[in-house]
Amino acid sequence: MSLSLNAVCKNYGRHRALYRITAEFPAGRISVVLGPNGAGKSTLMGILSTLVAPTTGTATWQGQPLAPGTPLRAQIGYVGHEPGLYPDLGARANLILFASLYGLHLAPTALAARLKAVGLAEDLEGRLELPVRAFSRGMQQRLALARALLHDPSLLLFDEPSAALDPTGAVWLAEHLRQAREAGRTVIVITHDLGLAASLADRILLLRRGRVAIDRTLETPLPEAALRTLYEETLSVPA
Amino acid sequence: MSPPEPSPVRVPGFATQVFQIAAKDLRIEWKSHEILLTMGYLAVVIVLAFAFAFVTVGGERLSPSVTSGILWVSVFFSGTVALSRTFDRERDGEAIRALLLTPIARSAIYLGKLIGVVVLMGIVEVVVVPLTAMFFSAELGQHLLWTALILGLGNLGYAAVGVVFSAALLRSKSRDVLLSALLFPLVLPVLIAGARATSILLDPKSPDLASAVFWTQFLGISGGIFVLLGLWAFEPVLSGD
Repeated sequence: MSLSLNAVCKNYGRHRALYRITAEFPAGRISVVLGPNGAGKSTLMGILSTLVAPTTGTATWQGQPLAPGTPLRAQIGYVGHEPGLYPDLGARANLILFASLYGLHLAPTALAARLKAVGLAEDLEGRLELPVRAFSRGMQQRLALARALLHDPSLLLFDEPSAALDPTGAVWLAEHLRQAREAGRTVIVITHDLGLAASLADRILLLRRGRVAIDRTLETPLPEAALRTLYEETLSVPA
Repeated sequence: MSPPEPSPVRVPGFATQVFQIAAKDLRIEWKSHEILLTMGYLAVVIVLAFAFAFVTVGGERLSPSVTSGILWVSVFFSGTVALSRTFDRERDGEAIRALLLTPIARSAIYLGKLIGVVVLMGIVEVVVVPLTAMFFSAELGQHLLWTALILGLGNLGYAAVGVVFSAALLRSKSRDVLLSALLFPLVLPVLIAGARATSILLDPKSPDLASAVFWTQFLGISGGIFVLLGLWAFEPVLSGD
């Protein structure tokens, strides 16, 4: 159940966003993708989430190509730095809507269980019909995770998930990422947060100008200071 | 730990997908009334502006072609509000990305959005058509159903093109300006056909019903072609590739 990239390139006109990216993202592991702005992380996330097609090379999930429009996207859960919810709809309406788009019927008990799983059951009591825009950013991000897990995906993608979270929210997020790993999901996190990366990563992929600068499996967690040193030293070397 | 089994997702049928998208858009609008109020206000202001501009001494009736032109201009201009805001709601909070990651077909998103915009335009027309008839002493009652059919087909052709352009300009900062600049030249045939057909039906002396039939058929065929082109263009436009 691993995700593989084989010599993936992506060009936008004459601009080369990704160049010959080859990597494996195994199940039951948290793979963290790092890199400065413009390194190609968002393009990589676009390809992994089937929203962008590689110019050349292949991305495969369970041996099948991850291409735009593939039915495989039903197995992908995505949490970005924005919640991916309709701000004018309530929490209940958003979750029921997205469940229905996956062909799932979300009964009230199932809805309560989903909210409890992401720690929102008490916060949302009596507020399920309030527009999502009225919620704090942390609550929106929890709802986003509940939305991403609705269809029990085996591939979970996180794009800067901690960008707008306070320290408590970041701890909560890290705990849920670990739970996803324990559940055997393939978890890929794109982040600038080296602290989050150091505390979670089983694998590190560092991108630089669209190329893989570091691809390393970690047998033991890497201290944040060591990761920061590795990151800065790698990026300081002239390309 | 062993990886979980693939989730038992049962992708809803195509018609259900289309209904879900249209119902979602209309549900959001039902809660906020924002688009309808803005569209309605704009359309009424346009009709009122023309009513004052063409005020006549002694209550002379304007020619049917002028009256129908005013009606269609108000419909088209207010329609841009629906096109623009319905995609703003997808952009807010990046809901569009979550939507595109669901297993539903892109063509279902297109048709759902199209239905939502056509319904909103239709609701505004329920207010604007009687208002136009009142201000310009137009005799709409004689061919009311036919006029409704013409307006419905015009909405379809207009929204079929507009939804594609609105999606294409989803992340453009100057989308409102670009949308009008790109859309209006392309939907001119719809405007001309709609205005011609309506003006014929408004003519109390000698309505040339054969010509009205021609323009109605023209609207239907052009609307159908625009929908087919929209279905073809929507996915590449959304993916940005």
